[in-house]
Parts: sequence; C-alpha cells; structure tokens
Amino acid sequence: MNQPSLAHVLTPKWRTARQRLREERSRGGAGKLVILTIVGALFWTGVYGVLYFILRYFRGVEELGPLLAAKLLGITLLSFISILVLSNVITALSSFFLAKDLDLLVSAPVDWLRLYLAKLGETLLHSSWMVALMAVPILTAYGVIYRGGIWFIPYAVLVMLPLLLLPAVVGAALTLVLVNVFPARRTRDLLSIIALGAAGGVILLFRLIRPEQLARPEGFRNLLDFIAVLRTPTSPFLPSEWASRAIMGFLRHDIDPLPLVLLWTTAAAFVTLGAVLHARLFATGFTKAQEGAERFVRGVVWRWTVGTLLAPLPVAKREFVLKDIKLFFRDTTQWSQLILLAVLVVVYLFNMKALPLHQGEPVGFFYVTLVSFLNLGLEGFVLASIAARFIFPAVSLEGRQMWLLRSSPLDLRTLLWSKYWVGTIPLLVLALLLTGLTNVLLKASPFMMVMSLATIVGLTLAIAALALGYGALYPQFETENAAQIPTSFGGLVFMMTTIVLLAAVIFCLWQAVYTYVHAVYEGRPVTVGGWMIACFTVAALLCAAATAIPLRIGLRRMEAFEF
Amino acid sequence: MIRLENLTKLYGSFVAVDDISLHIPRGVLYGCLGPNGAGKTTTLRMIAGILRPSNGRVLLGGDDVQTDPIAAKRRLGFIPDRPFVYDKLTGSEFLRFVAGLYGQEGGAVDRRIDELLEVFELTSWKDELVEAYSHGMRQKLIISSALIHRPECIVVDEPMVGLDPKGARLLKDIFRQFVERGGTVLMSTHTLEVAEAMCDQIGIIQHGKIVAHGTMPEIRSQHAAGDASLEELFLKLTGGHAVRELVEVLGK
Repeated sequence: MNQPSLAHVLTPKWRTARQRLREERSRGGAGKLVILTIVGALFWTGVYGVLYFILRYFRGVEELGPLLAAKLLGITLLSFISILVLSNVITALSSFFLAKDLDLLVSAPVDWLRLYLAKLGETLLHSSWMVALMAVPILTAYGVIYRGGIWFIPYAVLVMLPLLLLPAVVGAALTLVLVNVFPARRTRDLLSIIALGAAGGVILLFRLIRPEQLARPEGFRNLLDFIAVLRTPTSPFLPSEWASRAIMGFLRHDIDPLPLVLLWTTAAAFVTLGAVLHARLFATGFTKAQEGAERFVRGVVWRWTVGTLLAPLPVAKREFVLKDIKLFFRDTTQWSQLILLAVLVVVYLFNMKALPLHQGEPVGFFYVTLVSFLNLGLEGFVLASIAARFIFPAVSLEGRQMWLLRSSPLDLRTLLWSKYWVGTIPLLVLALLLTGLTNVLLKASPFMMVMSLATIVGLTLAIAALALGYGALYPQFETENAAQIPTSFGGLVFMMTTIVLLAAVIFCLWQAVYTYVHAVYEGRPVTVGGWMIACFTVAALLCAAATAIPLRIGLRRMEAFEF
Repeated sequence: MIRLENLTKLYGSFVAVDDISLHIPRGVLYGCLGPNGAGKTTTLRMIAGILRPSNGRVLLGGDDVQTDPIAAKRRLGFIPDRPFVYDKLTGSEFLRFVAGLYGQEGGAVDRRIDELLEVFELTSWKDELVEAYSHGMRQKLIISSALIHRPECIVVDEPMVGLDPKGARLLKDIFRQFVERGGTVLMSTHTLEVAEAMCDQIGIIQHGKIVAHGTMPEIRSQHAAGDASLEELFLKLTGGHAVRELVEVLGK
C-alpha cells in the first residue's frame, strides 16, 4: 500500500491554521494585527537596540571585544537550548500522547516514521517559535555590527535550524521514556512541578550569588585570567557552542565548516536515533497514555476548612468559590506555578534589600522616597503578570461547562462576583505583603507607607477587574491548557491597558509625592492640602473606574455568550 | 409546561430554527426527531437558556427563560449531548456543586446524592475524580445532576448515547415514572425505536421547522401513512429517497 505523504498527514494542521487566519480576518482582525505588529516591532526594536549598543561597545574594545561578543552569544544560545529542551518535553507530551488527532492517526495505516516526523514537526513548531522570533533581533544586531552582509541571513538560518531541531528530538525522546515509566497524565503533573521547580531554583541561585559583584574589577586578579576565562568554551560538547563558533567564524570572515557540519550531522543522527526509539517505545507509551490518572479523593477537608470559612455566603456563591479553589489546587499545572511565583517574590524582596541605599554613605531621603514610590509601579506590573496568569483565564476555563452554568438558575453576576473575589483576595494579600515589606526594607516614611498601601489596594482591585473583564471579552474556550491563555491577544491587550492605568495612577500620585518631598526638603510641616487631596481623588477615581467598567463590560459579554 | 412561541435562531443568514411554536403539557414525554443539522440541539439549547433566540420566546411553567431566567431555570433539568464536567471534582462533589447552583444544601442534598449515585451504580466511584470516569459514567453523572433539584421538566439531548443497555433501560424507566408523576420530558433522539416506544408525542424537525407533530396515530393520519412505522414515516418526511439511493450506491 502507498503510504500517505508527510504533507498529507500534516494537512489538517495547516488547513486549521489557515482557516483560523481567515476567520480572524472576517471578524475584522485588522486591528488585532496592527496592535500585534506594533507590540512585536517595539519588542524587536528594544532587544535589537540593547544588543546593538552592547556589541558596538564590544567592537571598540581591542582583543577582548570579539571574545566578549562570542561569549555573550554562546551564553544566549545555551540558555535558548535549555529553555527549548524543557518546553519541548512538555509540548511533546501533548503532541505525541494527548492530542485529539492521535486516535485517528494511530488507527489509520500510517507508518510509524511518518507519524514520528509529523509529530516532531508539530512539537518543534509549537515549542520553538518564540525562541526563533527572539533570535531574529539578536542575530540581526550581530550581523549589523560585524558587517555580516546579506549572506549572513541564510547562513544564520542554516545554523539555527539544527539548533532548534536538536532540543525537539531530545525533548520528544525524554517524553517517550517518561511516558513509558509513568502514565501520561501523571507525567504531565510531574513535569510541570520539575520544570517550574528547576526554573525557580535557577533564578534563585542566579540572584543569590549576586552576579553584579562579578562586574567589579577587583574580582579578577589580572587581565590574563579574565581572557583565559573568555577563551574557554562555555560548553564544548553542546550544540550552542558549535552554533556560536559557526556564527562568529562567519562574522570574522574566518569560516570553519566544522561547527556547521557538527550541528547538521548531530541533528541528523539524533533524528534517526529518535525515530528508532519511537519505533520501539511509542506503541507501549501510547497505550499507557490512555490510562486515567485514577485518584481517590475525599473532599471532606475542603468542606471543613474553606467550606466553614465561606459559611456566611449564600449557598450558590459558596459552592462556586469552593469549586474554583478545589479545581485550582487539584490541577498540578496550575498550582505548581506558585513555586515560581514564590521564588520571584523572594528575588524581588532580595533585590530591595540589596539596594545600596543604606550601605556606606547615608543616602538622601529623596532617593528612598523615589525608590519607594517607583516600587509601586513595579509591583503593579508584577501583580498584572500574576493576574494575567491566574485571573485572566478564569472565564475561559468555564467554557466547556458553560452549558451547566447557563442552564442553571445561577445569576451571571454571582458567577463573576465569585471569580473576582477568588482571584482578588490572594492577589491583595500578596500586594499588601510586598508593599509593606519593601517599604520596611527601604525604611520609608509613614507617609509613603500609608500612601503605598492605599494605592496598591486600589490598583489590585482594578488589575483583578481588568484581568477578569478582558478574560470575558476575549475568551479562549477551546484551549485546554490554562497556561496558554494569557499569551493570547486578549492577554496582550490586558497587559497594555494595565500599563496605561499604572502610568496614569503613578503620574497623578507623583504630584502629591512631589509636594510632600518638597515640604520635607524645605523643613516645612507636611500638610495634606487641597492639591494633594485632588491628586489622591483622581488616582482613586481612576482605580474605581478601572474596577467597575471592565466588570460591567465582562458581565455584558458573558450574557451574550452562545454555546 | 414547555411553551415555544415563534422560536427562531439565525446564524448570519442561515436559519437554524425557523419560527417554531409548540406546547408540551405536564405529564408528557415528547420526542424530538430530525436528521443531523435539522435544528434539534439548537432548539433544546435555547429552551435551556444557553442560546439566545433571534426571535420568539420560551416559557417554562409560565416563566420566560429570557426575561425571568432564574425562575424558569429552577424548574428545569438539562442534560446535554456531550458530557463535559469538571474533571478535578469527584462525582459527589459535582452533584453537591450543582445542588448549590439551585440553592439547595444540607442533609437532604447529601441523602439525594447518595440515592442518585446508588440508582446509577456510581456509589463506589463517588470519591473518584471525574477525569477517571468513562463516557457512560459521565453521562450518568450528568443525568443525576439534572435530577438533583427535583425539576418539573427535563430537557435532554440524545440521552442514550454512551449508556450501556442496563443504563438505557434505567433511564427509560426514570423518564416514564417522572412523567407519570406529572413531570415533562422533552427528549431529542436518533433512536427511533426508543422514541416510538417511550414518547407520548413526537415532533419531527426538518430544516429548522416542525414538519410533523402529535401522537403516533395523529402523525400517521396527518400523512396518510396507514400503519407505517416511525422509521418509515421519518424517512418519508425527511428525505427517504436520498437514503434509498445511498443504499444502492453503497451496495454496488
């Protein structure tokens, strides 16, 4: 029998993608495209700009310059492949074992090699597109600074392709082995904890060793030591090093074919080995993946603890809130992200403590107040990121069960109310904790402490409402993975709106803080006068509007949902 | 009990449900039949308040589903064709949650949950997460959830899909008893034998319109069908010629 071509096996995928684009266009997606293009262009320009200036500086340094540039590229590519292996393992689990089209493909007379290649391609595309896009401005900066010329473009593509392919093969193979040991659904749980734990650990370690100290000249005994460190390859047996050598060789017009040959031959060998492994293990792994993750759960603890706390609420609200909390803590992919969040909070506080404001020379009251004030904006951004991850997907995650909620006498207002407070209360606790602790660490004045705490309460209420409102306005009912929802267009618009809100509130409050600092500087008593009250009122009104309007719009949008 | 007045649903220029008016009194089991894409599920979802009609209205026990949804939905138990439930809740937790949506709690709900799980042979699974349930078990759980608040009417889309013969028989008995006690069931099905054996009244939908409606003898006499079976009637009204031609093509 003639086997279907690989392109034929992949037909449903690209046709679906094309259809989605068409639907988007017919829904008037031009506005979306413009916003995405602007944001993408800004991001690219930012990355390109930063790297351009660094590389231009490096180019001006005799001897050391090219070494530093190569080292930087090596480290960047190494971090790329580390991220890619992790993301490929998680993506491969979905595409090779949990995807909806597998029943059809496995039951059809499609040979294992085509199945492997089709799914490998899918895994590669889903997990690598972001890194590939990120590489564009970085490599462009290298190409421009070192005058790579037009031929640098195809050459860079030639180098990057095997570099992206290798982690995909490794990730798929690792997943294959893991699924043969654990059931797929358990593996997903396990992986999400390991991945986030590892990521958290690396971040924490990286921050706690205080890399900024390495930049101090007294850290090196002499220049030769420093050069020796730079000349040592970051990791001679890793493809990132070969890619870095290949690219820097081309840019220095000293082309050595060996790194490129190494990259392509290793990629070919890995694909072959991966295919052999797939032929041996896929059938048993796929069978295991069908096994349910049976778990015997008694929800009594939840009912006694959280249920008792929620007792004053009407029964529908109580059961709804209880349900949301249970679902969150029983889904490993959801709560495991709290590990990362905890690490980020520790790093944040550590950074505040490490600021040299109170070390050595006494720093003026002005700087402490300024940092304490700007800290508000930064915290707002952190809270927005958390809200994007945990509150924004709340409505989307109800999609498949909406038949139940809409056919029951549950008022949509109750639903929205429950979702809002389930998300807002933990966010508020975190916000108050962060603000209070950072202000204590900064030894900020009572005025700043009170103003920061009051502002962060207003901002948190508004950010949570914006996240929920935009989540209802741009729902993703078809997405099964909650982690993918914030990266949608709606998530982007939410973040942009939040940044505008933060800027507006900070601007209003700056007027009040300026008056306060001025009074202290001149030794006058601080009085909360008409101007200050006006500033505070405008900020409070902004927060109130950003709370009420999105919730109202979200409710209206939910009432119009059709399933 | 269930009254549809000029119910219409448009998707752009496509008319999914075309000006349907219907009254199903208390104590009646009504079967809604029709080929795929005829508009059955859309009609049922409008009755359940999941879809908004483009025109017309739905009354449940006199309460309008659009203008007085809370009162109308309190009377209703809805069973969809696809059993999507929260995977990370256990069976008993899901039922308690649904009871809560209908404002019910306490010991009576606990007893009702035990009773329903026992009837549907899910007692040993009550503390298992739903993600471990089979399709049929999920279907049984959803049927239990539709009964938990003792509704006055049940709207059910393809109730037999996924059920084993024992479960299917049990469901038929439950529905019969429910209507004998004065409840109303509106059921869409493709299983014509089930509809013929169970339903007091039947409606056949084609291209969003009711093309036949009444008891079996009434439909036969309306269409001068003698003592034709429901299957023959259905094929006659919904394009039996096409089926016969198809059979000939496939038989070649």
